[in-house]
Amino acid sequence: MSQVNDFVINIATVNGSGSQSANTILLKTLFRMGIPVGGKNVFPSNIQGLPTWFWVRASKKNYTGRRELADIVVAMNPQTLLSDSKLVKTGGVLLYNSDMRFDLGNLRKDILLVAVPIKQIVDSVAAQGKIKKLLANIIYVGVLADLLELDREILNSAIKDQFDGKESVVDVNQQALEKGLEYSKNYLKKENFPYRAEKQDEVNSQTKGKIMIDGNSAAALGLICGGATFSAWYPITPSSSLVENFSKYAALLRKTDDGKNKFAVVQAEDELASICMVLGAGWAGARSFTATSGPGLSLMQEAIGYAYYAEIPSVIWDVQRVGPSTGMPTRTAQADLLSSVFASHGDTKHPVLIPGTPGECFEFGQVCFDLAERLQTLIFVLSDLDIGMNLWMEDEFKISSKAYDRGKVLSEDELKKTTNYFRYQDVDGDGIPFRSLPGVKHPAAPYVVRGSGHNSKAQYTESGDEYLEVVDRLTVKWQTAKTLVPKPLIDQKKAKVSIVAYGSAESAITEARDLLRKEGIETNYMRIRSIPFSLEVEQFLSEGQRIYLIDLNKDAQMLGILKMELPQLGNQMISLRHYEGTPITADKISEFVIKNERG
Amino acid sequence: MDSKIDSKNEVPILKNKIGLEKKDYAGGASTLCTGCGHDQITNHIISAFYGLDIDPYDVAKMSGIGCSSKTPGYFMNKSFGFNSMHGRMAAVSTGAKIANHRLTHIGMSGDGDSISIGLGGFCHVIRRNLPLVYVVANNGVYGLTKGQFSATSYKDSTLKSGEKNPFETIDICTLAIDLGCTFVARSFSGDAKQLVPLLQAAIKHHGTAVIDVISPCVTFNNHDGSTKSFSWVKEHDVSLQELGFIEATEAVNVDYEEGSVELIDMPDGSKLKIKKLVSREHDVHSRLAAMKVLYESKANGELLTGLFFIDENQKNLIEVLELPQQSLASFQGMDLRPNDLSFKKIMTNFS
Ligand SMILES: Cc1ncc(C[n+]2csc(CCOP(=O)(O)OP(=O)(O)O)c2C)c(N)n1
Ligand code: SF4
Ligand SMILES: [Mg+2]
Repeated sequence: MSQVNDFVINIATVNGSGSQSANTILLKTLFRMGIPVGGKNVFPSNIQGLPTWFWVRASKKNYTGRRELADIVVAMNPQTLLSDSKLVKTGGVLLYNSDMRFDLGNLRKDILLVAVPIKQIVDSVAAQGKIKKLLANIIYVGVLADLLELDREILNSAIKDQFDGKESVVDVNQQALEKGLEYSKNYLKKENFPYRAEKQDEVNSQTKGKIMIDGNSAAALGLICGGATFSAWYPITPSSSLVENFSKYAALLRKTDDGKNKFAVVQAEDELASICMVLGAGWAGARSFTATSGPGLSLMQEAIGYAYYAEIPSVIWDVQRVGPSTGMPTRTAQADLLSSVFASHGDTKHPVLIPGTPGECFEFGQVCFDLAERLQTLIFVLSDLDIGMNLWMEDEFKISSKAYDRGKVLSEDELKKTTNYFRYQDVDGDGIPFRSLPGVKHPAAPYVVRGSGHNSKAQYTESGDEYLEVVDRLTVKWQTAKTLVPKPLIDQKKAKVSIVAYGSAESAITEARDLLRKEGIETNYMRIRSIPFSLEVEQFLSEGQRIYLIDLNKDAQMLGILKMELPQLGNQMISLRHYEGTPITADKISEFVIKNERG
Repeated sequence: MDSKIDSKNEVPILKNKIGLEKKDYAGGASTLCTGCGHDQITNHIISAFYGLDIDPYDVAKMSGIGCSSKTPGYFMNKSFGFNSMHGRMAAVSTGAKIANHRLTHIGMSGDGDSISIGLGGFCHVIRRNLPLVYVVANNGVYGLTKGQFSATSYKDSTLKSGEKNPFETIDICTLAIDLGCTFVARSFSGDAKQLVPLLQAAIKHHGTAVIDVISPCVTFNNHDGSTKSFSWVKEHDVSLQELGFIEATEAVNVDYEEGSVELIDMPDGSKLKIKKLVSREHDVHSRLAAMKVLYESKANGELLTGLFFIDENQKNLIEVLELPQQSLASFQGMDLRPNDLSFKKIMTNFS
């Protein structure tokens, strides 16, 4: 009996060989057949010639997180054939390019070997030159289409969409696909193939109303819907596609009637400049952001402290990657947490939003500006490579209907009615002063914003008392932030074991908890979505007995911050860390918890 | 300018065309050393804006860090100011200008601020031709950190201690010309007659206007052996032209010898009047000529001042970005949220 709508395919190729299109076609076809899928791309920091893997996970149970082993490995890369063959689960399939002339006969007895002579099949397609090289990839899609019984009509639509309806390209790809199918029909024994994809009809479809999207595209759309008008950036993996998509979609969504741009994007000379441009624009009243990753974040430090102390609304979207220094640019981690919350010298603390899915990237793309302008401070959004660049299944996005919160900005008219307006004075007791924007014509409005010591009237000072008045108000503001930032997501089962995670670890949680339940371990779950911690976080932790905290970094950074912010609670937690650069798996979580629970 | 008689004092009070007195352009009291060149620049900036009848509310004062970068606190209290970080004036101004290009931005910087730590920003703001009056108050030292050499100090010039500078100097003007700057001038903080019209032309200029203003540091770099001291500048200053500024509303009636005066049209209809000095034939529209005259004067041991290059025809950054008349900062929610239909269309890419 074959396993239906529940399999993991790992496609091993060489980067720069054009496999991305073929893989997307495969993924989209499964998705359009009504089967939940996830796509994770494991790629090198290199343009051509190094190994790359694309993982497609189809799961009727909605488990789309990473798994250590695959059911089907498509081995197209001779460099890694040997190690790739080890990634096949017992009982699984190794579908390999038999041009590689590699004797796999004795390699593994516990899996099904499927040889496909790719070159020979490509040669049978009537195409010339460059395009022919790229066809190798679509051949394996054809073979899989036959073996998995993919829906032909949907497959054709996916090909068409992938190549933007360019007829000649679509044609030749369809031809190649056909050849792959034919080969499979003629030479492969489908009855031995253990996996099958079954199309779900309208009623049973698990993907209706859903989209497949990466977090960087989602963030770009969220930021547009959230009213971002300015972005300055410096290219860096894995954040570049965020601003590139922002430009692309803003050009479609943000034009005046006479074709002018209601947005601006500047590719800066470095990250020092990009964050400074953002501060200039934020001060002047535009919703502005930059996107970056670790090394860029390091360069931005001085300006981050400026934004905090001078209280300039601004947003840094950090798509985290692995490691200190250059590290591993194309691998994922959550290791910028501490360096975000406490970024810059002196006494600083910054609110941080932590999306766990592309859907939340879209949501936080809108929320971040309301918070930045309400709190008059720099807001971090910490995404990571797994969310930012991989394909996740999400509910179709809907633009929020909530009006923008532009915060405490005094217009000329309001200033006329106000006596004693001072830029850095706490009038409402919430730690948030009023501000005025350049261009406002009222004698009380203008001030010189400065990073040097200033008093509540925005005047230069070196007086300790005046300094304290301003920075102690910033502490009050931090308390106010707790009531405004996104609350955690909590599933409280009144169980003895609790799991706490944040960010992209989300993709493994549902599966991990199901695995644990099968072992008789019920769990509560909380996903933290922001710092500072709201009351709900405190309450959940105080109710927990044994709390497992998942950090995708070496030094348990979230645990450290919890200990600092909630010293009475932080010490009871059991830390699970995963930091080799891959998304964490459900197995790793469940095995860790079981081992600890059973002693 | 109008003059009215104050009934009490019987002193005429001068007002400009928008009804403001010069004191309406004043700032806070300066805390710089008595006699510092930077304070002279402050006064010339006040004169320039007052003379152009510009409402201080329509101006944003930008700066980095240094004694020179403190000056925005000392002029035009009714203008917003951004005293930013060391070397970051250019980048901060880029964002501020893009968010609200309806304001006039004047950037105050120092030689340390612009030519060492902020050199990248200096180069790139010029490349982008951001509409910005970019004043480098150039004293050849780091004033605020007590007198270390800066990158504009001449080779072999000395510190107060006698220590010699072993490194080549960076020339702000030739660098700016090479980078494609559309307005390049040099002046001296003590030369109101030259600097005020230069500032006025820079304010009206279409893109980035760099003015390298030699501005002596009386405390750390005014000794013998310095090439930025008052006496050195006075002895070596050679003016390339005599300059004057004519507002758009003023009638042009100049009597001059044929060919000796050029009127340069600024975008708003005002004009910069350039009276060429007999021995100094220079075409301000030629980068090559500008480089030549600068290199030659330097070889002759002169400090050449004046307008070296101007080009009003290059697109500025605001035009390149195709921004609307309205400032980005002024758009509100209803202008910014996409409509459902076009958003839905984009969603179909992902299904
Ligand atoms: C990042 C950073 N490094 C160093 C300093 C210290 N610092 C303050 S002002 C200054 C030099 C200023 O020189 P310049 O721009 O020429 O201005 P001046 O004081 O001469 O007018 C330095 C190095 C600083 N403020 N920030
Ligand atoms: S140290 Fe020099 S530059 Fe600074 S204020 Fe004094 S004289 Fe001016
Ligand atoms: Mg200096």
